[in-house]
Amino acid sequence: MNDLTPTPGGGCRSAPVLKQRGQREVFCGLTGIIWLHRKMQDAFFLVVGSRTCAHLLQSAAGVMIFAEPRFGTAILEEQDLAGMKDAHTELDREVARLLDRRPDIRQLFLVGSCPSEVIKIDLARAAERLTQVHAPHVRVLNYSGSGIETTFTEGEDACLASMVPVLKDTPARELLLVGALPDVVEDQMLSLLGQMGIDNIRLLPARRIDETTAVGANTVFALTQPFLGETHAALMRRGARHIPAPMPFGEEGTTAWLRAVAAEFGVDDATFDAVTAAPRARARKAIAQAAEHLNGKSIFFFPDSQLEIPLARFLTRECGMTAVEVGSPYIHDAIHGPDLDLLPAGPQISEGQDVDLQLDRVRAARPDLTVCGLGLANPLEAEGLTTKWAIELVFTPVHFYEQAGDLAGLFSRPIRRKSVLRVEAAE
Amino acid sequence: MKLTVWTYEGPPHVGAMRVATAMKGLHYVLHAPQGDTYADLLFTMIERRNHRPPVSYTTFQARDLGSDTATLFKTACQDAVDRFDPQAIIVGASCTAELIQDDPAGLAETMDLKIPVIALELPSYSRKENFGADETFYQIVRGLAAPQDRSARITCNLLGPTALGFRNRDDVEELTGLLSDLGVDVNVVAPLGATPADIARLPAAHFNVLMYPETGEAAARWLEKTYGQPFTKTVPIGVAATRDFIAEVQAITGLTATADESRLRLPWWSASVDSTYLTGKRVFLFGDGTHVCAMARMARDEMGFEVAGLGCYNREQARAVRAVARDMGVEALITDDYLEVEQAIEALAPEMIMGTQMERHIGKRLGIPCAVISAPVHVQDYPARYSPVMGFEGANVIFDTLVHPLVMGLEEHLLTMFRDDFEFHDAAGPSHHGGHAPVAMSDASGGSISGKMMPDEAPSVAEGSNVIWLSDAERELKKIPFFVRGKARRNTEAFAAQKGLQQISLDTLYEAKAHYAR
Repeated sequence: MNDLTPTPGGGCRSAPVLKQRGQREVFCGLTGIIWLHRKMQDAFFLVVGSRTCAHLLQSAAGVMIFAEPRFGTAILEEQDLAGMKDAHTELDREVARLLDRRPDIRQLFLVGSCPSEVIKIDLARAAERLTQVHAPHVRVLNYSGSGIETTFTEGEDACLASMVPVLKDTPARELLLVGALPDVVEDQMLSLLGQMGIDNIRLLPARRIDETTAVGANTVFALTQPFLGETHAALMRRGARHIPAPMPFGEEGTTAWLRAVAAEFGVDDATFDAVTAAPRARARKAIAQAAEHLNGKSIFFFPDSQLEIPLARFLTRECGMTAVEVGSPYIHDAIHGPDLDLLPAGPQISEGQDVDLQLDRVRAARPDLTVCGLGLANPLEAEGLTTKWAIELVFTPVHFYEQAGDLAGLFSRPIRRKSVLRVEAAE
Repeated sequence: MKLTVWTYEGPPHVGAMRVATAMKGLHYVLHAPQGDTYADLLFTMIERRNHRPPVSYTTFQARDLGSDTATLFKTACQDAVDRFDPQAIIVGASCTAELIQDDPAGLAETMDLKIPVIALELPSYSRKENFGADETFYQIVRGLAAPQDRSARITCNLLGPTALGFRNRDDVEELTGLLSDLGVDVNVVAPLGATPADIARLPAAHFNVLMYPETGEAAARWLEKTYGQPFTKTVPIGVAATRDFIAEVQAITGLTATADESRLRLPWWSASVDSTYLTGKRVFLFGDGTHVCAMARMARDEMGFEVAGLGCYNREQARAVRAVARDMGVEALITDDYLEVEQAIEALAPEMIMGTQMERHIGKRLGIPCAVISAPVHVQDYPARYSPVMGFEGANVIFDTLVHPLVMGLEEHLLTMFRDDFEFHDAAGPSHHGGHAPVAMSDASGGSISGKMMPDEAPSVAEGSNVIWLSDAERELKKIPFFVRGKARRNTEAFAAQKGLQQISLDTLYEAKAHYAR
């Protein structure tokens, strides 16, 4: 049994939050496409935007851009800016050409960007119109991944939220698990729940449109990712009920998450312990190896993905680290609350960003490890700070028991590297 | 609207960032939404810079839209000046800010910042990265260059090298050494490494070396017009071009000192018998105009290749590229659509591609060796070692770069010849040189957005025709080296179609071979 009582000194749920506005060094929501298109195997993501959007996707996707990408950018040109009617005709033509070339596409997402939002191209109406044109083979939805509205992982949130209103209705008492996870992790999660006898499960997003998820007044849902605020709200509007839980990171987080779901479905303690005992022991052992290098070290999180709070909880409680500052682009009490309760008091919790002021703070604190984006990592390394670039945490399988050691390893690797390198950079 | 997956160039404000990041003591205040900071990582990761690009973003959000964004811009400007204490700032808008029409120039001018403020007009919906760099550098030079006497010694400026430029770092070093041999000192290198104060000193030089027309031509022309500084027209890539460049410098300066050629190895390497097999290798070139023009001449005159086709993605250089293409007797391909480039390569079936990272991946998909000669490039083409492409050491570097994939190709050929040996049979797969794995997968590139499959290794019925390959002919075809097999297949099918044949037999294959014999 886990000791999930708040830590001495209380958790961080009621800690004062430092809210700053200024320059933000974050990705926009379009970046979510890069992992979502791998998960949803019959979906295509069509960004309506500028050359900047295409360049962003290319830069963020790296070599993935060369491997059957099911995403693209309809780049707005000067003549598109002149009249709105023109933009819709243009979009219809590009979509028709795309669907003709890629008959395997069953779901098309029109993804709004800053330019398309600013000139107010009505992509919602375009999606309705295109759904009619291409029904029943293709479903066309729309959401915004623009930087003016979404930060990094909020792109996934916006995408999933756009699917909720069109999900089939079900009166059944079912468990809906929400958040795109790597297939291998998803299978582990389903297996654990299945062993506890919970198998009336649906997933959002499903791997293909044919396995479409349903929702209704008897649905209960659990989030596997902490950045799903809008999806949370949309599911509540469909009458579904949320199971609040810490996020399944680390042995403790996974156990607490599973326990919340098990309690909802009346799984008895004996069954729960029988199912989780072995993987829990494995996770603890794997974490212990990596934690050797993390124990007693301090950590500072720049805001990036909203994963910061649950990760800080894992690293402080299970790896012996001390959090100096935990920055998140956005904090949602109903979702982050359970993790904040468990996070030992002490760190500055911050929401939003003024990057120059935050850099002043990290330089003053000189933490042992700084979690930040790729635009900051090398410059901070050059100043002698050790960094862990944050994006990897979104792309790598890190959830649930079997990945707990890998997750701790992602943080210990930069520290170990610093200790093995014996050559100084010449100035 | 135009559907795009790969883009050869970023938006113009990224070009401005390349200039700002190249310089010191200059700050760029960019009116841009949250998210546009992604471009920072091009500099910190691909070029591995150890500092943040000197760019402040206003990162406005949806709730700021309206009059608020103008205030946001002014605050960001003031903060940047207070914090970074630059000698000058450049101000501009990204694509989204261009739509909200806040006029960064006007706003910054009203602020009384006590330092020069250079306003940029970069049309995001019609121009691209290279234009952005060229225009930004031109505006900076126009805004800061100050009238002054020529230096006592004969000096020149090196114009055009930027951050994220292909081998710009080492080209500057190579040219500085070469010019020193000729008795010419370098006054200012710009924008790479220059401060605004250095830009003010540009007119002290006797002439300008225009290293990269893409990013320095507008400034070079303005300096010629305003300060009477001639600029060099030859880009010294390749042995002959370097010698032409030396002659050009001598003509401008009247100096007669010659350059040290003692370490130039390309001419002998290329003449040695080991290089005989390079003769007539059919190459396709694609990249930015400058590198393609220079490398095409090298490929033909210094490597002994046959230029089967060439092109560029930046329309600004289309005229120069067309002229070189005419000289080579081929059609120039001016496009920024990689699918068109892929089509051209498929149609020409060259034995090697000289291109950008996109062509590297096209080559991988088609099983054609490729050497990278132009931006855009990924992190591996910002090497730690010294590797210029200009001057005599540059020629040595290019020789190695071009020969390396082909030597690998020869190894692959030998393995293919012995494919029936127990160790080398087909099912053993390609050698460890992944770059030359034959096409096996339809999902290997963005090209599949068109749902296309390569005809090579496909069933025996030729695509788009009714010609059937008989099994003996099919077997024989597989004995042909992989890098010419596609061409052999196409030629044979064309030959069969021309003769009205329904089937391709072993004889047809060899008749076609004789027909097309060069």
